[in-house]
Amino acid sequence: METFKLTVNGQVKEVTADPGTPLLWVLREDLKMTGTKYGCGIAACGACTVHLGGVPTRSCVVPVALVRNRPILTIEAMADDPVGRVVQDVWVSEDVVQCGYCQSGQIMSAVALLKSTPKPTDKDIEESMGGNLCRCGTYVRIRQAIKTSARQLG
Amino acid sequence: MSTATTSHPPSVSRRTFLRVSSAAAGGLLVSLYLDWPTIAQQPATPKVYPPDAFVHVRPDGKIVVQVNRLEFGQGVQTALPMLLADEMDADWLQVIAELAPAGDVYRDPVYGIQMVGGSGSIAHSFEQYRQLGARTRAMLIAAAAAQWKVTPTQCRAESSVVYGPNGQSARYAELAEAAAHLPVPENIQLKKESDLRLTNKEVRRLDSGAKCNGSQKFGLDVDLPGMKVALVAHPPVFGAKVKGFDANAARAISGVQEVFEIPLVRGTGVAIVADRFWAAKQARDRLRAEWDTASVERPDTAQLFAKYRELARTPGNVAVSRANANAMDSISPANRILAEYEFPYLAHTPMEPLNTTVRFDGDRAEVWGGSQFQTVDRMAIAEVLGLKPEQVTFHTEMAGGGFGRRATPDSHVQREAATVAKRLRGIPVKLIWTREDDVQGGYYRPMHVHRVEVGIGGDGMPAAWRHVIVGQSILAGTPFAPMMVKNGVDSTAVEGTADTKYNIPNFHISAHHPAINVPVLWWRSVGHTHNAFVMETLIDELARRAKADPIAYRLKLLSPDAKKLRNCLALLQGKTASWRSLPRNHAVGIACHESFETGVACAVEVSIEDKRPRIHRATITVDPGFAVNPLTIASQMQGGVTFGITQVMSRGAITLKDGRVEQRNWDGYTPPYMKDAPVIAQVHIVPSSEKPSGCGEPPVPVISPAVVNALSRLTGKRYRTLPLTEI
Ligand code: FES
Ligand code: FES
Repeated sequence: METFKLTVNGQVKEVTADPGTPLLWVLREDLKMTGTKYGCGIAACGACTVHLGGVPTRSCVVPVALVRNRPILTIEAMADDPVGRVVQDVWVSEDVVQCGYCQSGQIMSAVALLKSTPKPTDKDIEESMGGNLCRCGTYVRIRQAIKTSARQLG
Repeated sequence: MSTATTSHPPSVSRRTFLRVSSAAAGGLLVSLYLDWPTIAQQPATPKVYPPDAFVHVRPDGKIVVQVNRLEFGQGVQTALPMLLADEMDADWLQVIAELAPAGDVYRDPVYGIQMVGGSGSIAHSFEQYRQLGARTRAMLIAAAAAQWKVTPTQCRAESSVVYGPNGQSARYAELAEAAAHLPVPENIQLKKESDLRLTNKEVRRLDSGAKCNGSQKFGLDVDLPGMKVALVAHPPVFGAKVKGFDANAARAISGVQEVFEIPLVRGTGVAIVADRFWAAKQARDRLRAEWDTASVERPDTAQLFAKYRELARTPGNVAVSRANANAMDSISPANRILAEYEFPYLAHTPMEPLNTTVRFDGDRAEVWGGSQFQTVDRMAIAEVLGLKPEQVTFHTEMAGGGFGRRATPDSHVQREAATVAKRLRGIPVKLIWTREDDVQGGYYRPMHVHRVEVGIGGDGMPAAWRHVIVGQSILAGTPFAPMMVKNGVDSTAVEGTADTKYNIPNFHISAHHPAINVPVLWWRSVGHTHNAFVMETLIDELARRAKADPIAYRLKLLSPDAKKLRNCLALLQGKTASWRSLPRNHAVGIACHESFETGVACAVEVSIEDKRPRIHRATITVDPGFAVNPLTIASQMQGGVTFGITQVMSRGAITLKDGRVEQRNWDGYTPPYMKDAPVIAQVHIVPSSEKPSGCGEPPVPVISPAVVNALSRLTGKRYRTLPLTEI
């Protein structure tokens, strides 16, 4: 067990955990931030996506010890993020979600995409969103919602 | 849709009870619930009203509606409150939907247990929720009328306010207490279609906001003081038992509390209880267990297919035999098609891994979980804990998908959770199935072999059809068997073939159900997954042989009473009229299928990219009767076809070798990602006033045959073996 200082959504948090514990479980169980989801644990679904130092990252395969001083942004901070807020609003107005379980990860990936590529093409969308699984099959609406968000942010 | 009080099975007696109670936060709650058949046998006026209710008019104006079944993406948590609020003339913006706990009043009015399945949520509760809304409204109006000394007919209601003839008005919240003391009206008039304000309109989901900002809690997010996490090491072969285990390394992990052997529905396992998931996971990885795999059958996919192919050469138990079973013999071999199909096991892999949280307190227990089968799961947990079902409080949690996987007749996950909780008495335990447990844990869509011989008549239409289906019975050994297994034929294995809407004169369907040591289960649209694939690829092949347009051919072959499919195909024809000129190397594939009383037709434009089908667009037409929420129906169609694509993914198969499942996670068993789904998916709903039918499952069966029909047009090949490893 070791103690780590993490900057999560702008706040410094201290956690004591086994250094190998994936960031996902530290967020969910130690910090009680359950918006970040567990789907596979092997970086195959994107449900656990957070921004680590600004980069969309699968938190299920990042040991907490490797986070170091990189800031962490989770879905819980998206309402206060200028891009995140637009994406969330569009997601709601276009009725994207079904079960919703994958959507934290989808939104985190979409926000990262729109920050790096404000006018994404279909190909950009497929590449950036390509690892985010949605078992309910909301892909058509996600694709559309990203385009709408890009327009609104434009 | 009928406008007066609508029909219900005549045997069903309904009474309405009312309950008034004080809210914890002060003020009065009016609770109304309808008495459905399951409690109709009880005394007419029970002394103690069940604490369950469907609608609360709160003093603050909020209207809380209890949803009698699980929400796991299908949108019922929005649709049922819509129906109620519409009849009640409630202010939609004040409506709060809650998932009802397990309780008798929340049983499905048709199935008689509390469940989600068979695409029955709207079909079965449409009437129920409308009636509830209408009765509540009538009572609120009666209360206002009494107050104003006018007759109810002089009053009208709108957006949670009652208006009187002389300019009076009162909010529902103000009337709730008085309304609670009034008798519940026996006969009420439901609205005419033209008076509906929410129903049949595109209404956005109530749960989107919470699901987009991370605040929605799912079963896996349940967190209770002192809670522990449990994982179970399951046998590597279904049903195997633990021979012995060395838990020293596992116990050495910090945070691990207990490691012990537990009985499972199949075989035994080793439970690990820890403070945190990661500790439990590491401990399980380090556990050294030995299993007795010698005394259980060790299925092997290759051997099973060989056996199934052999069985398919002999007729099975007869499901349908229409006209002359030997008509085939009079058709020359040149005019026959012999087709053999193979379908693998498929896992559901809902996005939220399976889980259940249980706290056992000796004489009662509390449970939290997403369940499609609350009645069954609650009974199973009670049985494990030695309690009566009433002693088990079962909270229905929002679930991250399910697709049938949260409706297990044997409640195996819930039993595991209860078994562990029993030992930990007083401590809440969240039992989690990791994704690996889920992929390897069985309860799959059964693998199948179909062998079909089609004799083609002089007009190019099928004149004789002989079809043998081989696959495990899903229902055998479950409480549903007496109802749904007839003459040794499991109705879920032949659905979509035996009851085909195509008019084929000499038609013979039979089935074999070998018993195999692999647990199987309904997978969204159940038997239609493979039956529609066989029917729709063969019909397409016949249309091509006849040089006919695939839609026109289907319309010609459909029986005259296949109204819904005819509507869907006609609409599809119109909507795809402009698809004539396609880019080179693109082709269109068509399929249609009726299931759960809903007709769906689908056209896809496909090319081959990187040796995989690329679906440039899909147009889906659906006839679900009266469309309660067109926005949700469109979502279900788009999502359902994407789910159906699982079948044609290159790694869309669960296989076994020497009894062990060869895939572990989504890297080996790979469902569709964005690039595998249609780029565009347009949905058109056939306008209808017929009673509503389900929309969750019906889109699933059409997509894979449509895609494969397009591929056949591109390559000239026939695809009869799934998954589609090669094109
Ligand atoms: S849980 Fe991290 S990618 Fe699936
Ligand atoms: S909305 Fe259910 S998995 Fe994406």
